[in-house]
Amino acid sequence: MTHSRNPLVALGTGLLLLTLWCASILVQMSVDREMAPYRESPEMLWITSGKVLRVLSMGQQSLLADVYWTRAVQYYGSRLRDHKTDFSLLAPLIDITITLDPQLLVAYYFGAVFLSEKAPRGAGDPRKAIELLQRGIAANPDEWRLWHHLGFIYYWQLQDYSRAAAAYQEGAKNPKARDWMKVMAAVITEKGGNRETSLYLWSRIYDSTEDPSIRANANGHIQALQAQNDMEELERLALKFREQTSRWPDSISEMVSQGLLKGVPRDPAGFRYRMQPGGRAALYPASPVRPDFDTSPAPPPAASP
Amino acid sequence: MAAIEINGLSKDYPVGFWRKRPKRVLDNLSLNVKDGEVFGFLGHNGAGKTTTLKLLTGLIFPTEGTAQIHGQPIGSPKAFQNIGYLPENPYFYDYLTADELLDYFSRFFPMTPGQRRERCKTVLEQAGLTEFRNVALRKFSKGMLQRIGIAQAVLHNPDIVLLDEPMSGLDPVGRRDVRNLILQLKSAGKTVFFSTHILSDAEALCDRVAILHRGRLVGVGQIAELLKRQSGLEVVVESCPAALLPRLQSLADAPLTVSGSHHRMEIPEENVAQLLGLCASNSIRLLSLNPLRFSLEDYFIELLRSNDQQPEPATKANAS
Amino acid sequence: MIVAQTLAIARNTFREAVRDKVLYNLVAFAVIMTASALLFGEISIGIQKSILINIGLSSISVFGLLIAIFLGIGLVYKEVDKRSLYALLSKPVHRWQFIVGKFLGLNLTLLVNTLFMSLGLWASMYYLTRGFQPEDIHIWTAIYFVLLELFLITAVCLFFSCFSTPILSAIFTFLIYIVGNSASDVRDFGKLTENATLEWLATLVYYLLPNFSDFSAAGLVSHGLPVPGHLVLLNTSYALCYSGILVIAAVWIFSRRDLK
Repeated sequence: MTHSRNPLVALGTGLLLLTLWCASILVQMSVDREMAPYRESPEMLWITSGKVLRVLSMGQQSLLADVYWTRAVQYYGSRLRDHKTDFSLLAPLIDITITLDPQLLVAYYFGAVFLSEKAPRGAGDPRKAIELLQRGIAANPDEWRLWHHLGFIYYWQLQDYSRAAAAYQEGAKNPKARDWMKVMAAVITEKGGNRETSLYLWSRIYDSTEDPSIRANANGHIQALQAQNDMEELERLALKFREQTSRWPDSISEMVSQGLLKGVPRDPAGFRYRMQPGGRAALYPASPVRPDFDTSPAPPPAASP
Repeated sequence: MAAIEINGLSKDYPVGFWRKRPKRVLDNLSLNVKDGEVFGFLGHNGAGKTTTLKLLTGLIFPTEGTAQIHGQPIGSPKAFQNIGYLPENPYFYDYLTADELLDYFSRFFPMTPGQRRERCKTVLEQAGLTEFRNVALRKFSKGMLQRIGIAQAVLHNPDIVLLDEPMSGLDPVGRRDVRNLILQLKSAGKTVFFSTHILSDAEALCDRVAILHRGRLVGVGQIAELLKRQSGLEVVVESCPAALLPRLQSLADAPLTVSGSHHRMEIPEENVAQLLGLCASNSIRLLSLNPLRFSLEDYFIELLRSNDQQPEPATKANAS
Repeated sequence: MIVAQTLAIARNTFREAVRDKVLYNLVAFAVIMTASALLFGEISIGIQKSILINIGLSSISVFGLLIAIFLGIGLVYKEVDKRSLYALLSKPVHRWQFIVGKFLGLNLTLLVNTLFMSLGLWASMYYLTRGFQPEDIHIWTAIYFVLLELFLITAVCLFFSCFSTPILSAIFTFLIYIVGNSASDVRDFGKLTENATLEWLATLVYYLLPNFSDFSAAGLVSHGLPVPGHLVLLNTSYALCYSGILVIAAVWIFSRRDLK
């Protein structure tokens, strides 16, 4: 074969290779689309034992933990986005992650929130979340925030106020723990479940992490609680209006003119509140705030910087 | 049209680890091989013989220069149709039998199945390996491998056969077999171009030889021609008076050697008459007068010695 | 003539592989592995079958990979190193035919091996369930995917064999296989970082690497589910495209090389 150092041949070959590569990208994208529904099948977790994986990882546990952590996050995100209510793989994925890397704290936090949250926002398995946190505490005795998450699950999901207070108490023993831990222990013991405490604790959860999913979720709860507070206050004022005028107010502006409010209040998302017949407060229809955050369907992805 | 025509062929290899500098292993080779001749390509190891053959067979690519085989540029399909090649220290697939190997190679040429079988049988016979047709090549001795190598080279009846060190590593019987095969090829009218560093073989077989030294062509021509220039006579004289020694010396090519009262020298043929005259008129006793068997080996070593004084061939990079 | 020559090279490559005894050991191992899945006696039949299929397909895949690498690394290198190539290339045949012929020959070898190993799997399944279900036919699709995967791996191996020593070729091919299996994780990593540049880079790497996870259908077929028809077509195209790239690149490199 004559050896041609012909630049034209080089160019032609280069173009051919580039074309083939582009074709392969297109095909790959189609495959990804096709395979998306199957990617979460149990096949992904054929080896469900973290211990076995640790052996198989041949010393690269940390990396493998990161890989599984990534998968857990993607799994959760895609289930949420597709409005699925079944998060059955979340627990095993997080379990494997922390078996491979017991010091991956964000995995515990993520698991604590989304394993305990009810559908459609989570797996609805607070017991599993508690077990997770207990393993985390054993592996990271200095991490007081784990106690915080543990206490919060007892408080919010299980309404077990004595255990909740005990957890906050335990966590408060750590000299690095914030002061509010001790306060919470006392408050919960005294008052049990109330909106003010809940609001405070969800805000602490919001502060405790950079993870966008956890923050979005916490924010949803915070806004819900704030809205509940606001609406309760509005209804109280409506009652007052009724006492003064013997009828329910038609709108909030009426209550303003009556002198009960300084201006039309806005909900945490910035939309005005409305007044409905019978003295019931309501949100502006377009407002993304959901007072019943716990049980309403998941909104479009809120985790977006 | 020459069978093989080489014009200014040069080859550089990059040498070195970080900054690769080109090392010229073949420098400006120009050579013509005529149809039907047996041409020997001589040189010590590393002179560039194998490089030249690999260039001719398209295994490596020239840095400069061109070559044609029956007018076709090297590397073109037509060129390959016309040549058969035996590489140095050949290794063929050792899991194949001789028959299978020839059958496999024959499939690269346009032959009908009948022709294929015919040719395989013929070349096997010519190589004297018929009884080993079904023996796996891994059991072949070196001599047998060389012979099957020549067999596969002539499978398609090419006009030109290129052999790289066909006699290397063979015992005398093996050498003789290969030599006979080459003679067979010659009598069939083929051009044989082979490289070797065994000069006695070249002397016995070749019509013409070329000598390569450090990548450069330092001599080419018919053997008889090359050697004639250097042939002469060896003379031993006795009782030569000291005064006459310079005159004796002037007739010789090389300094005289002395042992006792004997003087030995080598003189060219044309000076013989003068010498005899000198001896007769001065009563110098002529002890012996013998023709010098100046062999190719001597020529070779002479040539190499004189060329060793020349500098390394310039590469493309540091030339001009 | 060109086709006949290329096929001759392919046939010879196949012949060489068949006469290599190590091959048989590997195939035997694969069959043993599959049969050993039957020893999971404690588990209920339903899951046992699914585990058998998983182990079987994995064995075929892994051992196929080993055979592909083992034979592939020497594919070009051995011929250049031992110089058996010299006699071949001095004949009127192009260098690209040599590369393509070797590639086809190796794939033929793997095809035959995979079929043998598959027979082992089917035999084990029959032993387990004493009969076949209609949905078992989908297992052939999974096996086809394994073949596509091996097709791609041989291309990778061939590519490296053109310029690299056997050991390095083996290491590179193995690494690419491992990373290629986690290709989607690479992309997800990129998404996890909030850095646009890194994410773009990760996506680029994702599309550059051969994505082997496309070919795993074990999860579906071990539960008796069919593989969507589109996927078969897409995967075939992907394997062809990507292998095409590697073979062309291999030919390119090899055609310009001075043989030692």
